[in-house]
Amino acid sequence: MTTPQATVRRKVQRTFTVNGDVEEVSFLPHKTLLEVLREDMHLTGTKHGCELGECGTCTVLMNGEPVLSCLVLGLACEGADIETVEGMAGPDGPHPLQKTFASIGAAQCGYCTPGFLLTAKALVEWNSNPDRETLKEELSGVLCRCTGYLQIFQAVEEACVEIRGEGETK
Amino acid sequence: MSLDRVDGLDKLSGKSAFVDDLTVPGCLFGGTIRSPVARGRIRKIHFSTAVDWSDFVIVDHRDIPGSNEVALIESDQPALASTNVRHLHEPVLLLAHSKLHRLREGLRSIRVEIEAAPPLFDVEAQPTKEMLQHGSDNVFKRIDIRKGDPASVFAKASRVIEGTYRTGSQEHVYLETQGMIAHQEGETLVVRGSMQCPYYILDALTIAFDRPKERFRVIQCPLGGGFGGKEEYPSVVAIHAALLAEKAGRPVKIIYDRQEDMAVTTKRHPSRVRHRTAVDDDGIILAMEIDILFDGGAYVTLSPVVLSRGTLHATGPYRCDHVHVHGEAKLTNSPPYGAFRGFGAPQTLFAIERHMDVIARDLGLDPGELRRRNLLCQGDTLATGQKVQDGVDLTALLARGEELAGVSLATQEYAAFNRSHPYLRRGVGRATFYHGAGFTGSGETHLASEVWVEGLADGRVRLLTAQTDMGQGTMTILAQIAGETLSVDPRSIEVVTPDTSLVPNSGPTVASRTAMVVGKLIEDGCRELQRILDSGSGPPSGKDFQNALELHHRENPGDLLRVSRSYQTPPGQNWDEVSYQGDAYACYSWAAHLAHVEVDLRTFQVRVTDYVALQEVGRVLNEVLARGQIQGGVAQGLGWTLLEEVILENGAMKNHQMMNYIIPGSGDLSPIRVFFEEIPSPSGPGGAKGIGELPLDGPAPAIINAVCHALSASIREIPLTPEVLMEFLGGKE
Ligand code: FES
Ligand code: FES
Repeated sequence: MTTPQATVRRKVQRTFTVNGDVEEVSFLPHKTLLEVLREDMHLTGTKHGCELGECGTCTVLMNGEPVLSCLVLGLACEGADIETVEGMAGPDGPHPLQKTFASIGAAQCGYCTPGFLLTAKALVEWNSNPDRETLKEELSGVLCRCTGYLQIFQAVEEACVEIRGEGETK
Repeated sequence: MSLDRVDGLDKLSGKSAFVDDLTVPGCLFGGTIRSPVARGRIRKIHFSTAVDWSDFVIVDHRDIPGSNEVALIESDQPALASTNVRHLHEPVLLLAHSKLHRLREGLRSIRVEIEAAPPLFDVEAQPTKEMLQHGSDNVFKRIDIRKGDPASVFAKASRVIEGTYRTGSQEHVYLETQGMIAHQEGETLVVRGSMQCPYYILDALTIAFDRPKERFRVIQCPLGGGFGGKEEYPSVVAIHAALLAEKAGRPVKIIYDRQEDMAVTTKRHPSRVRHRTAVDDDGIILAMEIDILFDGGAYVTLSPVVLSRGTLHATGPYRCDHVHVHGEAKLTNSPPYGAFRGFGAPQTLFAIERHMDVIARDLGLDPGELRRRNLLCQGDTLATGQKVQDGVDLTALLARGEELAGVSLATQEYAAFNRSHPYLRRGVGRATFYHGAGFTGSGETHLASEVWVEGLADGRVRLLTAQTDMGQGTMTILAQIAGETLSVDPRSIEVVTPDTSLVPNSGPTVASRTAMVVGKLIEDGCRELQRILDSGSGPPSGKDFQNALELHHRENPGDLLRVSRSYQTPPGQNWDEVSYQGDAYACYSWAAHLAHVEVDLRTFQVRVTDYVALQEVGRVLNEVLARGQIQGGVAQGLGWTLLEEVILENGAMKNHQMMNYIIPGSGDLSPIRVFFEEIPSPSGPGGAKGIGELPLDGPAPAIINAVCHALSASIREIPLTPEVLMEFLGGKE
């Protein structure tokens, strides 16, 4: 029997950095990072395809590493540095990956795209010249049903050209 | 030319708002209570006394103001089951609550008690009397296509080759699950969500609510993938959300979670196709008898038209004067099967293309050579009597495909390799096929699609259609067609997002019809606009067009310069729905696909090592988008062939999770090399034809033919998972 008391839920407050801004967020303690981002912070750029850790759609960066935001509890993010697709563009416009994803057709329906962009961003930051095998391996956690992946690989490779060409500004 | 997607940057910055990204003030969350058994009579619905139900909104069939049906081709599918259920997970009751966790608690706390009846799961079995649930024989649709006199040819034939081929179901796995939001706006019920066909939903709502169209407004949100899965099914979700919203007097959002979506929504029709073919000693096909059976699931939905496309593609692109194709779609107590990219053609093309290799093997002929001897030439007729006249040279197409794939060298190398390697086997396979573009037969004529083209005061042009962009780039393509026709920058063309209160009914976004059929209407509409603006020196284009447009508005302030264009059946195109004779499609796209595979006899895994997709799709409008369509379609086809196995339990998908239903990941795919032949077609805008579904047709036969080549085997069923292959090879010894 569910007593009314048992369903009373109290929010908790945590502080973490999201796309460069330090935020104090209050949310229900059972919520995942995905839910906190989408529901409590209205950052709906992060999508979900399963909420079971199987599709990679919800990938964001946590302290620079890709994580499945549907598997990370909001509680575990205290002090963390979170980056979502909303934070990818810099002051001088879209990130090179965003530009090449657009020009090479790597986003068809675009639903998987945020997950790919962030996973690829983490990758190109430590390796701006990945070969195809590395790319396949590193992006294998994110599923896409539209593209067949080839235009995604190509877009990452093209972006790397720009990233290498610009020198290590980031 | 490759214009970048018009909706590109929004999708890349997280700004595109999909239906679940929308927050509506005061919105309730809706959910569905479903049948726990595959067939039976509803006895009672038990509400747990442990739950306080006072703040739930509860809807059952008695709350439906109009007819309790999800109106489509027939009226047999109820929106909410009232007395009987015909499949597991059939919707019975709807709940809504302002708190998601309370909704979930509510969904767990209702039990539907059903007096079970024996379910029918085997579509191939002859139904006993108590299994009859549709008409006198459970057959949803029966189609016969006849040409010549096959019986007399078979009677005399010295060689008759037979084969039976089966294909499994396939789940769409669009990354964004089904979802709708409904709310009341004055007298109007507004429904927005993830959908391919806003006007299907509008029609279904008017019938379920028994209200005129004007009382509804259906708005399309950006789609996170469709592939046919958001053709007819969204009508169910839309009716449910609208019923809840009306009863609640508040907005209601229904979003399926992945497991619900995979378990309950439509999938590709499973098929069984039998071939009997009479050939002479040179491998010339003399007569064909093809018997097709599709599992339609529990309600009619779109099965008749899926079957229709299946039968019309069943003979493959081969010349034959004596043909009988017989097709049936029949009932089982599975959730209804439905539209899926390819729409019945991938199933029958798998059968004929596999069968061609079986015939070649029987005759000791090279499979490429057998095809060359039988491929359609210009002026030949299809089974329906339709004349092939698009100017394509299929023999040359196949030859080019074989050359691109390096077939002759590979064949020699693989023979040596396979003799010497302890556990790896390599092979190459091919498939030649076609795909009819647009609706079948008189479908386009009945549909009478309408588009509007508006010339705006600022010199821009606005396109109004019901066409949805599910990722294939509809908006971009339509803007590009208008831009090219008027010689203006496509970025100055505004494409309105479908909203039934704003756009005319230009038909559903299915059947590879958007670019070709709707694009053609846009092209015509733009031309008409040019004629209107012609001040005597000829139809203006480019800068002149924009100037003329601005001038027109200065001279006629406030004028709505709108051109309407409706589909007209092209002269000379005839189709007889009863005899299935005539021009089944306005035109066809053609293709030769070739696959190289490597089979590991230790793990029974099949790896596609190279894939060549060569197609003739008329003029390619946008190379980047076209390439993306082909690669994505091939990837889905590869999944259907080797990875994706829908396991049924009580008729419904048991492995309804991405963990155990495997779609291709980035590591599963080889290079997919895409090539085009371009023969401008008179049917489409700027010479374009349909493209979206074609790539799904090739992978299954090309890959399985390659596996059979590698193993000298004759596999006749997909999916060919490692488990199936292991069993197959084990059984051979
Ligand atoms: S939503 Fe699928 S992995 Fe998180
Ligand atoms: S672009 Fe649609 S799922 Fe990747």
